[in-house]
Amino acid sequence: MITLKINGATYKLNVAPDTPLLWAIRDAAGLTGTKYGCGRALCGACTVFVDGQPTRSCIMPVSAVARQPITTIEGLNSKTAHAVQSAWRQLDVVQCGYCQSGQIMSATALLNDNPDPSDEHIDAAMSGNICRCATYVRIRAAIKLAAKSLT
Amino acid sequence: MKKQRTNHEAKIVNESRRAFLKSGVATGAGLTLGIYLPAVLARPVLAGPVKTGRQTVTQPTLKPNAFVHIGTDETVTVIVKHLEMGQGTYTGLPTLVGEELDAAWSQIRVEAAPADATRYNNLFWGPTQGTGGSTAIANSYDQMRKAGAVAREMLVQAAAEKWSVAADGITVQEGIVHHRPSQRKASFGALVELAAQQPVPAEVFLKDPHEFRLIGKVLPRKDNADKVNGRAMYTQDVKLRGMLTALVAHPPRFGATPKQFDSAATKKVEGVVDVVAIPNGVAVLAKDFWSASRGRDVLQVDWDETQAFTLGSDEVMTRYKSLAQQRGRVARNVGDSQAALKESARVVEAAYEFPYLAHAAMEPMNCVIVLNQQGCEIWNGEQFQTPDQMAVASVLGLESAQVKINMLYAGGSFGRRANPQSDYVVEAAHIVNAIGGRAPVKLVWTREDDMRAGYYRPMYYHQLKAGIDASGNPIAWQHRIVGQSILKGTSFEQALAQDGIDQTSVEGAANLPYGIPNITVDLHSPDIGVPVQWWRSVGSTHTAFAVETFIDELATTVGSDPFELRRDLLREHPRHRGVLELAARKAGWGRPLPDGRGRGIAVHESFNSYVAQVAEVTVAGDRTFTVDRVVIAVDCGIAVNPDVIRAQMEGGMGFGLSAALSSKITLDQGRVKQSNFHDYTVLRLDQMPKVEVHIVKSTTAPTGVGEPATPVIAPAVANALHAATGRRFYELPLRFAP
Ligand code: FES
Ligand code: FES
Repeated sequence: MITLKINGATYKLNVAPDTPLLWAIRDAAGLTGTKYGCGRALCGACTVFVDGQPTRSCIMPVSAVARQPITTIEGLNSKTAHAVQSAWRQLDVVQCGYCQSGQIMSATALLNDNPDPSDEHIDAAMSGNICRCATYVRIRAAIKLAAKSLT
Repeated sequence: MKKQRTNHEAKIVNESRRAFLKSGVATGAGLTLGIYLPAVLARPVLAGPVKTGRQTVTQPTLKPNAFVHIGTDETVTVIVKHLEMGQGTYTGLPTLVGEELDAAWSQIRVEAAPADATRYNNLFWGPTQGTGGSTAIANSYDQMRKAGAVAREMLVQAAAEKWSVAADGITVQEGIVHHRPSQRKASFGALVELAAQQPVPAEVFLKDPHEFRLIGKVLPRKDNADKVNGRAMYTQDVKLRGMLTALVAHPPRFGATPKQFDSAATKKVEGVVDVVAIPNGVAVLAKDFWSASRGRDVLQVDWDETQAFTLGSDEVMTRYKSLAQQRGRVARNVGDSQAALKESARVVEAAYEFPYLAHAAMEPMNCVIVLNQQGCEIWNGEQFQTPDQMAVASVLGLESAQVKINMLYAGGSFGRRANPQSDYVVEAAHIVNAIGGRAPVKLVWTREDDMRAGYYRPMYYHQLKAGIDASGNPIAWQHRIVGQSILKGTSFEQALAQDGIDQTSVEGAANLPYGIPNITVDLHSPDIGVPVQWWRSVGSTHTAFAVETFIDELATTVGSDPFELRRDLLREHPRHRGVLELAARKAGWGRPLPDGRGRGIAVHESFNSYVAQVAEVTVAGDRTFTVDRVVIAVDCGIAVNPDVIRAQMEGGMGFGLSAALSSKITLDQGRVKQSNFHDYTVLRLDQMPKVEVHIVKSTTAPTGVGEPATPVIAPAVANALHAATGRRFYELPLRFAP
């Protein structure tokens, strides 16, 4: 039994300690907004915040994060996150949408760190998140729009 | 405002209108006032937290046909028959209905159609329901508008009856029905009950394009809210009570089958419930993904590889090249290309090589299935309803109609989820069958399974030869194509192959638009034991590259400008020429670029949409390069939603750019070398160029935009690299020859 704190709620989950956080979140806690794309920290679809830091949950064993606050797409509620989500909607960034939880987590983390990112900052922060629909033009534009709306 | 219609228009509509009504009546989709029919999307019984609790409709509902329901709560529900996999069909089809209904965009919601080809077939595919070939908007354009117009007419009739006024004094706007002379108005919801008692009109009129209020406007996507808050439901997210997750050990080589297996270690893994053999592998079923995955890791399978495919990519290419020495089946012949070559002042030759490509949709393949008293029920990012129903029915000994399918969002597909063999859906059916249907099963493929289990864009080899006369005009064109047929051996072979020619192998080449008087295009379709499938834009993924880089080479060989030569040779093809000129103009074609930079152009038609792209590249001293800017011009007829079109141009181009820059599946002794995104590399944000999209204004019926941008980028980039470096490229992914 592992106790996780996800989005402010406490979950007691019956999973093996080596279970990646991703699968504890999805299968055990039943929060399916966080996606599986590669399982090897190559695509960013599974990005969540652990203690506020963007983390690839697919390679993070649950045993390593017990007691640390975890935020998933369902639990985003900061001003920055809402600005990101609203920019995403304003520019209709999404296509299939499958990568977008991870994109939004990464973008929120970027703006938390750097409220006025340059193209280079965006490249560095977002190139770990694959979008097979190639919505990249709009991801870039939406990050800038969100940044602007926060100033 | 009274609608203006021409007689001509009314006539066309009346004729097809009859067929439309007939099909509506035949399926019993008439008016159902008073009869309670829940208009809710069939939702899985969720064991975990419920994500989208949709209200059951208990009010009277206007259901004039299978595509639109209007409730007393003002909600207009549009039932969409096509899969939303990112291309925007949940936005485009409701736009068509809403246009003729004169509904407000905000009152429209979307529901997925069930699998039922009698009502929801793709009108371009006969009695088959499915999504593909960039047909969603094109085949639905009249059908959806009529569906909206019928509902509108019944609401108008209801208002006329209620107010005792003549129907022709009534107008409709944004979900409100008005009678201005008497200053009366009512909302859709207020009229639903009475409207449901009106006869379904014998004829409806459709708007003239200049009257459009939703079509042509930028309307927000219907799926964008749920896709930014994690609530959108994909197959991967379905959780049924008692459901088991299945992972399959697939054979290491195509065509191998399981001989025997040892599951002792697997069964010791906590959470593993069962291990069963299925025709193409061994399935491990467990309470969740991780248990199944750990169980599969320790599973021992002994494979029978006597029938397995054991060649490598190099050997396949060698075979292709030797076949290319002989003439294949002729797909197109105009004039006498052989004689014209002999008379030519110059002959140019080139050959091109293309690798296997994986679709690598962001959501790896998966499928949820449960056996029940009625037959079975499936939850899937469902792209191919009718073939999947038939395939699953035959595995389970059911009738097709007993295979109920819930169409969920797909996390991409790019063709993969419309598999002619229904491969992964059938796999799920075999698993649930093997456990006697005692639990619902969610089949999950890992990224590695998805990349290695086959169904690739086939390898291809192209050989081109052109003759140029003394004044620099191309007078002969010979194009030989060698590559595995996608259709051969599938149920689509008869419908889509003509005279032994798989049209998907030669599309984009046999219909060469350039005005060259002598043309021969021929094809070899060797049997290769690798499962292959259509991949976003299908044949054009390779034909456009060969044709568009070769024509560019002809231009530079004779010292012509590549844009001008194309324009001259496209005299008979105004739509090709239109996008070509638009892209060139917007890109500043001809304006000089600094050293190390180059601009390249390409134009191509696929699925009746026309796309031209101008790419700008920068080549560094170490011969690495970046694609900096891409200008895209598209002619897809009437632009139903210009912003969705722009998104598909950006994304479709980006998808093609992955294949241009780096994606490649290679076989080594029959084994797939790549396994995940570290060795099957795809476009990332820092590689995405700036993109500009220009849409040609048109009054022609709309055509699709999901695929046509994809094949154009690789030749545009290759031609830009030539402009920058003087080198030509004959292989994808693009790389500088040593
Ligand atoms: S699923 Fe974790 S990075 Fe891809
Ligand atoms: S929106 Fe489809 S993968 Fe990003």
